Amino acid sequence: MKSPAPAHRRHFIALVAAGLVLAGCKPSDDAGKPGAASTGAIVVGEFASLHGSEAAFGQSSHKGTELAFDVIRSNGGLLGREVRLITEDNQSKAGESATIAKKFVSRDHVVAVLGEVASGRSLEAAPICQAAGIPMISPSSTNPKVTEVGDHVFRVCFTDPFQGKLLADFAWKSLKVRRVAILADTASAYSVGLADFFRQPFVAAGGTVVTEVKYASRDKDFKAQLTAIKAAAPDGLCVPGYYTEVGLIVKQARELGLTVPIFGGDGWEAPQLIEIAGSEALKNTFYSTHFSPAQDNPAVKAFVAAFKSKFNEVPDAMAALGYDSAMALAEAIKKAGSTDPAKVTAALAATDFVGVTGRTKLDAQRNATKPAVIITVENGGFKFLQTVEP
Amino acid sequence: MSEFLQQLLNGISMGAIYALIALGYTMVYGVLRFINFAHSDVFMVGSFAAFHVAPRLGSGAVAGGMAILCVAMAASALLGMAIEKLAYKPLRGRSTLTVLITAIGVSLLLQNVGQKVFGAEPKAFPAIFPSRTFHLGTVVVNSTQLVTIATTLLLLAALHVVVHHTRVGIAMRAVSFNATAASLVGINNDRIISFTFALGSALAGAGGVLYALNYPSIDPLMGTLPGLKAFVAAVLGGIGNLAGAALGGLVIGLVETFVSGTRLSTYRDAIAFGILIAILLFRPAGLLGRDRVEKV
Repeated sequence: MKSPAPAHRRHFIALVAAGLVLAGCKPSDDAGKPGAASTGAIVVGEFASLHGSEAAFGQSSHKGTELAFDVIRSNGGLLGREVRLITEDNQSKAGESATIAKKFVSRDHVVAVLGEVASGRSLEAAPICQAAGIPMISPSSTNPKVTEVGDHVFRVCFTDPFQGKLLADFAWKSLKVRRVAILADTASAYSVGLADFFRQPFVAAGGTVVTEVKYASRDKDFKAQLTAIKAAAPDGLCVPGYYTEVGLIVKQARELGLTVPIFGGDGWEAPQLIEIAGSEALKNTFYSTHFSPAQDNPAVKAFVAAFKSKFNEVPDAMAALGYDSAMALAEAIKKAGSTDPAKVTAALAATDFVGVTGRTKLDAQRNATKPAVIITVENGGFKFLQTVEP
Repeated sequence: MSEFLQQLLNGISMGAIYALIALGYTMVYGVLRFINFAHSDVFMVGSFAAFHVAPRLGSGAVAGGMAILCVAMAASALLGMAIEKLAYKPLRGRSTLTVLITAIGVSLLLQNVGQKVFGAEPKAFPAIFPSRTFHLGTVVVNSTQLVTIATTLLLLAALHVVVHHTRVGIAMRAVSFNATAASLVGINNDRIISFTFALGSALAGAGGVLYALNYPSIDPLMGTLPGLKAFVAAVLGGIGNLAGAALGGLVIGLVETFVSGTRLSTYRDAIAFGILIAILLFRPAGLLGRDRVEKV
């Protein structure tokens, strides 16, 4: 999948660059570019997986972002101007996010782009925003490569090296796992990355990886891989995947009599996980994520109450990060005192504010360093176990 | 050894489902000489039919499960007949390519209407049969796997009886052998073709329910991959040959399972399709197929 992309991208970057040169010939306060104009609404583009296999992520994240925009509007907008959010659905499909980002840049003239949860899809849009010089904030893509694309790409969540390390620590210290098996998704940048970042610290601590097998997104049958894993007799199973497949994996693992603890990262977080696997099979499973509505913190409580009154449901980590990504952007626009993409980018690079997922301070690599939480499943619901400080 | 037996069991239950779908491809090819690409979406509709009647028929008991399975098969059979009437019958006598492209169109139509009607999100499929786990030594046998294998064997036996020991079965074979000659001896070809679609689609519907039972997350695009694998199975066994389709399904299921259980798990599909190419190189008509002289 990777080899043809650069050629396409190069063409596209050339096109966008040409477009920018042309646009640059015009006066900067062009009425045809509402986003960059100093009057009229401030337009922000959001791309999300509102349908398809990771729909729960997109829906949650989008609700958080919507709530943030409500708050911004009720405070009188930004810079005395109205704010407008354009949301586009990529249906969890590869290739759609790039098309959406191109539309945001060339047709909607957005000030900034918000998205996405899945790292693979953020990686599609990031080069386009980077080439166009439009800041992009990913709410919850944890793969390090996302912000490595360039200085216009930011994230408000922690990264997988941190998440992998904390999973390894948790498995080693709390679960007392010594012989681990890894089952990762070859078709997902997130899954492959997190598996690597888990393996290194786990092996460094003295653990053994007894077997490592792969699956591909949209697979339904994992019995073959799980039988091989069972034969290797691990005392823990690491599944750094997304909830649709993880649900089936946990269910089939238990059916095969694999009773060891199963754990993974923030890709697990969705109510569908419990629907698919059933709460019985999910006993003795754990995952790390960014936020828990059960955290004892006034900012979290206020956010949960506001979210409940608007959507009549309890927010999860994706919703909280969707909220924080929009708030980070609002802060930056206020600080920049302008919607000029270069100024907003500069202000974003200096982001340091307290959101609902904790203090968000971006480092030189445009990543946030934040605490994580560990969640388990109990009595058919998610249960907050502990907070892990970075 | 126990790992081998476990994988064998996993592979057979996977292969059983492929076999059920493959039969539909091969039967339609037998009478009409084209690949019904919409077949994989009839499979999807079968599982959604079961999903929607399950709350009404009471899932979790054997009788309820059987009833749900029958409803899903009936719904799929009706859909298969409707597709044939509306999309393929008007094209009878046209070139195979026209019908083939229509089949792809019907497939896309079903997938997209499915996303509109059923919703695009994966849904959790209920456990419609009581589920239990047995331990035979170190091999773990799940009742779902047993239900899958038993249902498949039962349906294969029923199909054998229909095709070889009933008048309509004889008529089906006659149409498949020579459609013109069959109509000369008084067989109503249209009715037989319609019946063939109903039979094949009912099997696909059963396959859909069994698939969803084993892998309880269903969505409107779920048919594509198993459909493709089943198509490969049908070609592998010798397209147009019923026993060949069942054998092909089993082979593909076993190969996939054994490859997935090794470090080569990433290459699972590549190896399955590689075997297809290898077999077709040495036996172009498939494992059980017979070379036929193409009539011009």
